[in-house]
Amino acid sequence: MPELSTLLAQVFTGLVLGMIYVLLAIGLSLIFGLMTVVNFAHGALFMLGAYFGVFLLTYTKSFWVALLVAPLMVGALGLLMERFLIRRLYGRSPDDPLLLTFGLSLILVEGVKVIWGKIGLTLDPPRALAGAVNLGFMSFPAYRLFLIAVTVAVLIGLYLFLGRTNIGLIIRAGSRDPLMVRALGIDLSRVWLVVFGIGTALAGLAGILAGPMRGAYAEMGVTMVIESFVVIVVGGMGSLLGAVVAGLLIGQVVGLTTLFLPKAAEIMVFVVMAVVLLVRPSGLFGEAGLLE
Amino acid sequence: MSALRSGALRIAAHPVLAFWLFFAIFPFIVPNRTMATQVLIFGLLAMGFNLLYGYTGLLSFGHAAYYGLGAYGCGIALAKLHVGSLWLGLAAGFGLAALGGAVIGFFCLRRRGIYFAMLTLAFAQLLYFIGFHLSDWTGGDDGLRGIPQLALGIGPWHYSIETTIGFYYFAYVLVGLAVLLLKRILDSPFGAVLQAIRENSSRATACGYDVDRVKHLSFVFSACFAGLAGSLDALRLTVVPVESLYWTTSGQVVMMTLLGGAGTFFGPFVGAATFLVLEERLSLVLESWPLVIGAIFSAFVLFLPRGIWGTLTGGIHGRQSA
Repeated sequence: MPELSTLLAQVFTGLVLGMIYVLLAIGLSLIFGLMTVVNFAHGALFMLGAYFGVFLLTYTKSFWVALLVAPLMVGALGLLMERFLIRRLYGRSPDDPLLLTFGLSLILVEGVKVIWGKIGLTLDPPRALAGAVNLGFMSFPAYRLFLIAVTVAVLIGLYLFLGRTNIGLIIRAGSRDPLMVRALGIDLSRVWLVVFGIGTALAGLAGILAGPMRGAYAEMGVTMVIESFVVIVVGGMGSLLGAVVAGLLIGQVVGLTTLFLPKAAEIMVFVVMAVVLLVRPSGLFGEAGLLE
Repeated sequence: MSALRSGALRIAAHPVLAFWLFFAIFPFIVPNRTMATQVLIFGLLAMGFNLLYGYTGLLSFGHAAYYGLGAYGCGIALAKLHVGSLWLGLAAGFGLAALGGAVIGFFCLRRRGIYFAMLTLAFAQLLYFIGFHLSDWTGGDDGLRGIPQLALGIGPWHYSIETTIGFYYFAYVLVGLAVLLLKRILDSPFGAVLQAIRENSSRATACGYDVDRVKHLSFVFSACFAGLAGSLDALRLTVVPVESLYWTTSGQVVMMTLLGGAGTFFGPFVGAATFLVLEERLSLVLESWPLVIGAIFSAFVLFLPRGIWGTLTGGIHGRQSA
């Protein structure tokens, strides 16, 4: 058995990874819940978040500006994608947006290589967050604690937005019964645009937050988007609570397997998915038959 | 255009005969004979994918799994277990892919709709990581090397697959038989049920068909075709790179089939040829050729959802929620 401090450190590392999964899965789930679009380009947008972060940091010299603006830039790109490309596919098979966003993700990944080169870039955390914090029982990198705090703040903000505002109400109603919302005279296409923007901005935020830990490289989103799909399957598609719980769970699975059986870390994620499919096919928080 | 179209329709009316005639002379009308074999193998792989997506309406983003299982099955049997017969090697690849299709299909079909694509992708990625770490058997990152190109024994006859053209005709016969088999499947009552499920799954259930079982069977058949393609490619290259199991392979199959035309008999072969020619030409002049392919593919999804062959044979209207 490893020492307790090692174990705790690994639990924290899993928590940090889990936060990234949660941000990605919530965005995917939000977009899917309202528009039944599976955004394959989510991983590429995550990657762009990190690259935009590097770009902004180089020119503004401020991590805080980069942290704020990079997700907005990714969200703006998401708005353009929805408005001019994905929107053309509504009314066709739900497979078609998935296929289109797959094509778009190829373009984005290769485009980044053309602009920023094939070699990955590093993204330095701000000086205020360099070093480690002593938590009493162990010390932990300050930046990672910051990442956890930012994610929790964003989740609370999102919860309030969806639960307490008018547009949040429309989004929730739209994912439950789009026909009725339309019948009430609400232009859903504008809501779709907003939701796609929010979802992709969250992917961008996850990207720049992950940047200081893993750098920015063109393929960084590929495995993340597949693992986010797993999170959604485990949590139950369309369920935001499910995305949070499953994201944290998968983070712990990766973190702890890395400690005990390093080779199996990537494999365990899919084993958990297979078990959930056997025991509870609709996911931990999914309703059977919803959105199928 | 209309002459082209009537020609295409004539070919589509007798697809198996057209396949055997056209691919008999194919290596002599393309500049690059290696590519002729690749078109056969990737056409077969895309054809297997098309059975599931084009005819049953199930989008798999994980066909790398069955292609890779076929390749590793054949490669491990010949290079590690030294079974000493090409037929046994092919049977091992085919069998492993069928088994993989049966097991993964069971899991993936527990969720319907768009989940299916995500699940197939996830399970293929699981196999990739297993292949990566199980290096005693798979060679891991270096790939599985040293697959012998044994001579083919048919009774007293021996046929060598070591030359490019020799291998081409070996693959030609096997892929030709697979094409014949697919045609028989599609023309059978089972094939009619597949297309009924694609058009309206609940109505097929209401008609009394066991939709889940038919889907599962279609999944296994599809995996078998992909596995045969994988086995052939392992023999052609004499190595199995671990990337065979990677999601990029699955993506390639999806792109090939859609470029050619999903749900059409020849679409997969037209698409495989188009993709491979594009890849060869573009990679000569442009380092970031996948960008161009991604753009072409996206344009096809948006504006030409029936693909090249589907547009030639079927008119210009979009697919009806197929």
